[in-house]
Amino acid sequence: MADPMKIRANVVGDSTEVKVLMNHEMETGQRKDAQGKAIPAWFIQNVTATYNGKTVLSAQWGPAVSKNPFLAFKFKGGAKGEKVQITWTDNRGDKRTDEATIA
Amino acid sequence: MNMRRREVLKQGGGMTLLALITAAGWLAPREAAAQGWNKAAFETQSMDETMKALGGGAPVPTKDIQFVSTPDIAENGAVVPVGVTSTVPKTESIAILVEKNPNMLAAVFDIPAGTDPSLSTRIKMGQSSNVYALVKADGKYYVASKEIKVTLGGCGG
Repeated sequence: MADPMKIRANVVGDSTEVKVLMNHEMETGQRKDAQGKAIPAWFIQNVTATYNGKTVLSAQWGPAVSKNPFLAFKFKGGAKGEKVQITWTDNRGDKRTDEATIA
Repeated sequence: MNMRRREVLKQGGGMTLLALITAAGWLAPREAAAQGWNKAAFETQSMDETMKALGGGAPVPTKDIQFVSTPDIAENGAVVPVGVTSTVPKTESIAILVEKNPNMLAAVFDIPAGTDPSLSTRIKMGQSSNVYALVKADGKYYVASKEIKVTLGGCGG
């Protein structure tokens, strides 16, 4: 199972700023190993961020997103002490959800 | 009256069938995970093809899309920070495309109402290339581009 994400959520004015650092290889499928065999693609395809049960951001990613992907975005609302959840799904069907408290 | 009923039945029936297939687990987990992932769009190699796969026409160039904290020269193509801010009203989604990557489309973000049409991430670039920020707003597509020079490619081994 994949390592946990690092999530930071801070109130900025009337919005909440969320910064996420995920742990993932993000293998493109273009590279070859020492024997010249292609390394199969392995990357995050879907990312969803929810706050209060409402989706605040959803994304579809290709293998061109960097290894250990970083994502920053902002949404209106959010108060200190509330939670933000981030979920990703990769092309192997692996899934991970992490939660952060808004500070 | 009857005609409408038939249409409704057809549409309703189609959706139920898909839901049933998914629920029954007939689809392999891998395919199920790929639901909501536009495979065709991520396999295209030109702007036109990508636009077709995303279901849009030719995008209109605009100055209402800005690149923020994006370098002109990236030292490492494996990690190129890209930030996109759209001031186009009713922005629904933001996509990032790299012209000279094996597949142009890097990421698509759906922006629900209440979320700022501004985000940043990091992408890989095989070589120096134009990077496009594609914004869908009110059903129309808008685009802005920026050239980023890469000193060390990020796609090779």
